[in-house]
Amino acid sequence: MFSPAKFITAAGFFHNSAVHVALAIGGSAAVVSAIVGVFTVLRAQSFAGHALADISSAGGSAALLFGLPPLVGFLAMAMLAASGMEVVGSRQIRERDLVSGVVLGAGLGVTALFLYLDVSMTTASNAANMVMFGSMFTMAPETMIPALWVAVLALAMCVLLYRPLLLIAIDPDIAAIRGLNVRLIGLLYLLTLSIAVALSAMTIGAILSTALLIGPAATAIRWSRRPGSAMVIASVIAISATWGGIFLAYASFYWTPNHGWPVSFFIVAIIFLAYLASGRTTALARLRRAMAG
Amino acid sequence: MLSVDSLSVGFPGNQVLQDVNFHLPQGSFCGLIGTNGSGKTTLLRTILGLLRPDKGKVETGDGGIGYVPQKIQLDPFMPLRARDVVALGIDGHRLGVPLPSPSRRRAVDSMLAEVGAAEFANRRVGDLSGGQQQRIMIAHALVRRPRLLLLDEPLANLDIRSVAEVIALLHKLVVEQKITVLVSAHDMNPLLPVMNQIVYLAQGRSVSGSVEEVVRSSVLSSLYGYHIDVIQVHGRVLVVAAVGAEPRTTEMAHGPVHVTSIP
Repeated sequence: MFSPAKFITAAGFFHNSAVHVALAIGGSAAVVSAIVGVFTVLRAQSFAGHALADISSAGGSAALLFGLPPLVGFLAMAMLAASGMEVVGSRQIRERDLVSGVVLGAGLGVTALFLYLDVSMTTASNAANMVMFGSMFTMAPETMIPALWVAVLALAMCVLLYRPLLLIAIDPDIAAIRGLNVRLIGLLYLLTLSIAVALSAMTIGAILSTALLIGPAATAIRWSRRPGSAMVIASVIAISATWGGIFLAYASFYWTPNHGWPVSFFIVAIIFLAYLASGRTTALARLRRAMAG
Repeated sequence: MLSVDSLSVGFPGNQVLQDVNFHLPQGSFCGLIGTNGSGKTTLLRTILGLLRPDKGKVETGDGGIGYVPQKIQLDPFMPLRARDVVALGIDGHRLGVPLPSPSRRRAVDSMLAEVGAAEFANRRVGDLSGGQQQRIMIAHALVRRPRLLLLDEPLANLDIRSVAEVIALLHKLVVEQKITVLVSAHDMNPLLPVMNQIVYLAQGRSVSGSVEEVVRSSVLSSLYGYHIDVIQVHGRVLVVAAVGAEPRTTEMAHGPVHVTSIP
């Protein structure tokens, strides 16, 4: 019979270098995405986050083509797109979404070109799957340290911009009157967001990275009334989902020999279940309040 | 104190304000009245320094400006308590995460009590009613103790009871703290019992003065370009467009400003 405790402690899971890399990079991507995700939900920029992640796939596929580290490709393209969105962007949510949509379409077109070239000109026959749905267990160990530094940079930016981003979320005009450069802070936030989506795109894939960005944050803000605690809860959910997903994907090699299940599937499934549970608990709390009142 | 002299503001192809003049002494409660699109928000944004005037100048004196913007829509799921919103009024412009501070907490508690919001201070701000959210936004604007408070349509979308509560709160602040308050609204009637100054905007032009000077049939009819009645009902003054009133398309509607102050 399968025993999770024995499985974890026995030689295998924790003695596998691919698992070490996946836990480290996946964990850092999870924490950064969770914290940035709370700001993303507060600023109603979920679509921009999704667009940046998809656009970063152009960088990931270009990196495969030119033999560059995937992190460099994902990050460079996400940052370029973030800067572009801010340059032509607007404070109006509707207009912001239009700009994101236009940039997203252009980015995916470039991705399609690079993926075609990857398959036809290199040996990366699995390029589309790796870029779009992640390659957690095939990440190079030398990627780990740069990825952790990039994660630390993103977290430092979140700490620095914490109060201005909250004030702008209430009303950009109030922030401007108080002397904040709303546009500059918006750009810095988008660059931080691009780090988060690049890290998560590298781990669970460009398409699914939105789940790591939005899911834990959306769940946490249902459970918390304070931004700081929402970020802690979101981080716990994201780490649990990522590490749990890695564990289940690793274990799945033993369920169906030689055919492990994709780690991205498990991560997004756990996040989705957590979100459903948060809806149920908040609905129950609302019902109790209504009955008490 | 607030002084607006010969202020003109426009956008390409649209002159919004033309030669607006008024002066509010400290402790004034002034209604900035006008129809939708008359330039109220443009005037407030110019006073706040968010828009640059084409001509004229604005003087706000010392002590800073508090501002309550129009149509704040706080998401019901926004993870911010009412007290967090007020605290951001103190230091939301600073970088970094706020550290626990007894003086900051005291300032927030004191402000919440002054606006009658202590009882819902720890509730999620998006869960509060429209009137309660306005109280919180007023506390947010006042927590740094500015001498001038500007509010853009704070009564819009509020029920009758909330309108009365917000007006009573603003009146109390003016009386007790000698703050100058400028409130924009498209309907002056709820404000008439408490305001002592009025700035009326219509078609880019302005009339200003005391309520008695401005709220007269002849002045308002001249400003709007069609007949306006000022009537008294149970001791209250009501401003209504006369039944069947047709806009008077005289030179007043398109020509230069003739009425900028009332003798």
